[in-house]
Amino acid sequence: MIAREHDLIGLNFLRLGMLSLGVGMFFGVIGGFQFLFPDFLQELLFTKTRPIHVSMVVSWIFLAAIGGIYFYLPRQQNLKLWSPVAANIHFWVFIFTGLAILFSYLTGRFGGREYFEFPAALSVPIFFTWIMFGVNYFNTVRKEKEPWPVYYWMWGTGVVFFFITFCEAYLWLIPYFRESMVREIIVQWKSYGALTGSWNMLVYGTAIYVATRISGDKEAARSRMAFSLYFLGLFNLIFGWAHHTYLVPSQTWIRLFAYGVSMTELLILGKILWDWRGSLTEFQKNLHCNAYRFLFAADIWIFINLVLALIISVPAFNLVTHGTHVTVAHSMGSTIGINTMILLSSVFYIIREELSAEVHGVCSGQVRTGFWVSNISLAVFFVALLAAGFGRGLYDGASFQDMATQIRPFMMVFVLSGVTLMLGIWLVLWNAFRLMGMIVSSATSEEVQPEAA
Amino acid sequence: MNLDPFHATFGYDCYHFRPHDLAAPSRSRGTIINNRLIFGTLFVSFFFYSAYVYTVGTEAAHVPPMSDEARRGQQVFQKYNCIACHQFYGLGGYMGPDLTNVISNRGEAYAGAFIAAGTASMPNLGLSPDETSDVVSYLGFVDTTGTYPPKNYEVTWFGWVTQEDDPQ
Repeated sequence: MIAREHDLIGLNFLRLGMLSLGVGMFFGVIGGFQFLFPDFLQELLFTKTRPIHVSMVVSWIFLAAIGGIYFYLPRQQNLKLWSPVAANIHFWVFIFTGLAILFSYLTGRFGGREYFEFPAALSVPIFFTWIMFGVNYFNTVRKEKEPWPVYYWMWGTGVVFFFITFCEAYLWLIPYFRESMVREIIVQWKSYGALTGSWNMLVYGTAIYVATRISGDKEAARSRMAFSLYFLGLFNLIFGWAHHTYLVPSQTWIRLFAYGVSMTELLILGKILWDWRGSLTEFQKNLHCNAYRFLFAADIWIFINLVLALIISVPAFNLVTHGTHVTVAHSMGSTIGINTMILLSSVFYIIREELSAEVHGVCSGQVRTGFWVSNISLAVFFVALLAAGFGRGLYDGASFQDMATQIRPFMMVFVLSGVTLMLGIWLVLWNAFRLMGMIVSSATSEEVQPEAA
Repeated sequence: MNLDPFHATFGYDCYHFRPHDLAAPSRSRGTIINNRLIFGTLFVSFFFYSAYVYTVGTEAAHVPPMSDEARRGQQVFQKYNCIACHQFYGLGGYMGPDLTNVISNRGEAYAGAFIAAGTASMPNLGLSPDETSDVVSYLGFVDTTGTYPPKNYEVTWFGWVTQEDDPQ
């Protein structure tokens, strides 16, 4: 199969996303070394490397999820994009805004808000292109004649709630919020919690899409069970954020409510355990071996992260783990173990669909090596962070430096496993990028031929 | 923290969709309307809950208003991206210590000296004396808002933590 020219929009987003992930991981490794050796690369302080790392990795998640949507709708769902021009503008504005953000970090011009450290003005193009993306998405999927499968709902929910929570993240610009420390910090984390839920809607919608395509069971995405879990997820997105702020002095009932909402995830855990025994027996594993492999890894990481999430959502445990590397373990486990594995599955699903097996290779080789190196490294990385986090949380002395010295061995393991994690992911990315380049080349040559004829 | 209640839900289910363990497809008009109704209810609840959180739920009447120096200090804190390494209430980067109660615990002079000169693990960012003084004022303001980590607390039978030094 050869992609048509307008399908290239999605592929461009995906390739840019892979580039962003590769660079973002490199800056993560630099930041890791700065954690161990504060004098390392003095010209590029940790205040610069951390935001570059975070922004580029988060960009990967958005670019890959958006790229998948732009690709799947016209190419596989027969829903022609409402406006390919708007999608192209979205892509180029994303590139220029990304470069401007990178420039602002490297030159030390900060907005200074965690996760949105760039100057607030650079959010304006993101804001407008997101509206454009939303209009394009809803005008495209409304042409669907069948009832929407759950992944259309999830993508749409991700689009809407990202817009709302992104705006919410900038309420600090209004003095009413900025000048009240408690309100400011609660609203900030309310928005971040829901914003993460929003991008998860985009990513998990992609996961369900890929899984249903591989299994061939399209009706599963319209089942009651699928929608029940979707609404439970949406309920958690809206109300479950306050476990980030148990220790911030907001009203007690807000925190108690968050505790209750967080525990609804036990339902999900119960279902996982119930189904676990029979989960690995079917599917067209061989046909989509790489896509299957990454979904399988995501499945394992979901289980691990859910158990950790439930534990640290209990306030008595949160008292020890809050403000420690346990939190980092959870966010890394989620963004790499779950989000990145799902999105790589989406990438390899597209590659398998668009290239013949002879061209794209098979189930062994560099992708498999990269897969194992990255997942084993991530497991070591995760455990090292947990150990460092508990070391910090249980430290009862008054000296920060003393505590840092005590957890240093764990941090060394964390950094070294971070290096191998990066190498493993790079190996996967290199192959994916190269193969996707072949799809792009095929599509371009296909476009030229009719004119030449 | 648990950023993503949704992880479990859909990452899991994407993988386990098989006809035999799912209910029959729901394609009736009634179900579509129900889906829209549930979504609409949650969406509207989001706005009411947000309005509560923005106003009543996070008021802190006991805290003195922010001074002009503290306001400028907040801007300086953001300008140098201090949150990349430090935290307030345990939220932020972990390279440096939490600063919520640094003024109560160490005093203004100590905090000012650290900011002005840097340490082995914290670079001297080159703040002017005025900027340093403004940041110290800001840290003093933050200090008045609460206590972190909690010093006097009690763990209840269901895992809740009651903080005696919680201003709320």
